Amino acid sequence: MSFNSILIAGLTSIAFTVSAHAAQPPHAMPGELEVDPYEVSNANAGAEPITDPAVLAAFNGEAGIARIVDGLIAGIQADERIEGVFRASDWPRLRRTLIEQFCYILGGPCDYTGRSMASVHVDHGVTTAEFNALVENLQDAMDAEGVPFAMQNRFLARLAPMHGDVVTR
Amino acid sequence: MTLIHTMIAGLGLASAASLAATAQAQDFETGGKLLLTRGISTIEGSGGGGLSSWALITGNETERGIGGTAHATQVELEDFRFQSAGFAIGIHDRFELSWTRQRFDTQDAGAALGLGQGFTFEQDVIGAKIRLFGDAVYDQDSWVPQVALGVQHKSNNQGAIVRAVGAADDSGYDVYLAATKLLLEHSLLLNATLRWTEANQTGLLGYGGLNDHSLQGEFSAGYMLSRRFIIGAEYRFKPDNLGFAGEDDWVDLFAAYAVNQHLTVTAAWVDLGSIATFDDQRGFYLSLQAGF
Ligand code: HEM
Repeated sequence: MSFNSILIAGLTSIAFTVSAHAAQPPHAMPGELEVDPYEVSNANAGAEPITDPAVLAAFNGEAGIARIVDGLIAGIQADERIEGVFRASDWPRLRRTLIEQFCYILGGPCDYTGRSMASVHVDHGVTTAEFNALVENLQDAMDAEGVPFAMQNRFLARLAPMHGDVVTR
Repeated sequence: MTLIHTMIAGLGLASAASLAATAQAQDFETGGKLLLTRGISTIEGSGGGGLSSWALITGNETERGIGGTAHATQVELEDFRFQSAGFAIGIHDRFELSWTRQRFDTQDAGAALGLGQGFTFEQDVIGAKIRLFGDAVYDQDSWVPQVALGVQHKSNNQGAIVRAVGAADDSGYDVYLAATKLLLEHSLLLNATLRWTEANQTGLLGYGGLNDHSLQGEFSAGYMLSRRFIIGAEYRFKPDNLGFAGEDDWVDLFAAYAVNQHLTVTAAWVDLGSIATFDDQRGFYLSLQAGF
C-alpha cells in the first residue's frame, strides 16, 4: 500500500465516523473519549428504580448524588486495592454515567445513557474483593453526605446483584 | 469409621483438593469480605451467631482465597462457667473446618451434685461445613438464602459421669442444614438452622439417653446499625434426653461489633434455662474473634 492510499483510507474512515455520529448520537459528551456504539436504554442501569421518594430525599437529591459520586471517585483514586483497575478510565464519562445511574436507581428524574454492567466490566477482571473495596468507598462517600445507614442499604440492595455482572475473575 | 467421620474426612479432602487447585492456579489470596459478613464463632466453633451455626463461612476470604479465625468465649452463668476456644479456616468462602475445646466448670454446683467443687467437663468439637448454594450478601434480587450443610463431631472427657447420669455415649455428632439471608433493604440478617442432634447440653452432658437423634430448630435475627455493629437475638431449640435433669431451649440477645476486619467483639445476655437440675441459668456472654 502506498502512503497515499493509507492517507485516503484514514481520511475516509474519519469522514465515515463523523457522519455516523451525526446520524446517531454517540452518547459521549464533549470532553469524553469515544466508545463503540451501543443501544441506549435505562435497562442498562442494571436495576429498577426505587419508588419511595424518602430514599432520594435522604441522598439530598441530585446535588447530593453528584457529591457522593465525586467522593466515590476520589476514594477509588486513593485506594491502592482498586485504583490500578481504573488507570485507563475516562473519568469525565465515568462520573457522568455514575451520576445518571445512581440518580435513575434512586428514583430521580434522570435517564441512564451508559453501557450495561456486563458489557462495561467484562474486560476488567474484577474480583469480589475489589467489588467490596468499591462498596466500602461508596459507603464512605454516603457517610460523608450524611445518608443514614438504613437508607444506604436500600440503595446497596439494588447494586448488590450487579456482583454477578461486574465480577468476572 | 462412622458416618460422621466419613463426612468430616470427605469435606476435609474436598477442602484440600480445592486448596491444591488454588495453589497451582495462583498464590493464596486473603481478605476481601465486607465487615461482619464472616459472622462470629459459635460456642461450637463454627461460623455463625453465638449459639447457633449459620451458613456463612468463616474467615475474610472470598471465593479466590483462604481465611481463618480464632475465638475465645466465656459465659458466666448463675451457677456455672462455660468457656470455649478454637480455630477455624475458611477455604474459597465454600468450605469451613474448625476445632474447638469447651470447658464447663461446675464451680460450687459441682460439690452439690457430688462431683466435687469446681468439677469441669471438657469437650472437643471438630466441625466441617460446606456451602451448597446461594449468596447471603449479593443475591438481593432473590429470596433464595445462602445454604450450607455442616457436621460437628464432639467428644466429652467425662465418659463415666455422663453415662452415670443417663447418657448413652460420651461422643456423638450433629448434622445441620443452615440458611442465612441478609435482607439488605431492611438492614436485617436472618438465619434458620435445622440440627440433627443427640447432644445433651451440646454434649457437655453426653449424648443420647432416653432418646436418640432428633431434629431441632435454631433461629436468629439481627439488625445492622452500621457496617460494624449488629444487634439481635437467637433461639435454639434443644433436645431433652436425660431423666435426671430437664433441658431447656436457649435464648440470647447479642450485640456484635467489628473493631476492624481482624477483630470482632460480641457481648450477649443468655438464658440457658435449667442445666443439671440447676434452674434459671442466665448470664453474660463475651466472645472475641480474631480473623484474617
Ligand atoms: C455495583 C457496582 C458497580 C457499578 C454500579 C458500576 C458502574 C459503572 C458505570 C456506570 C460505568 C460506566 C459505564 C459506561 O461508560 O457506559 C462503569 C465503568 C467501569 N467500572 Fe464499574 N461499576 C461497579 C463496580 C465496579 C468495580 C467493583 C470495579 C473495579 C474495581 C469497576 C471498574 C470499572 C471500570 C474499570 C470501568 C470502565 C471505565 C472506563 O473505561 O472509562 N466497576 N462502572
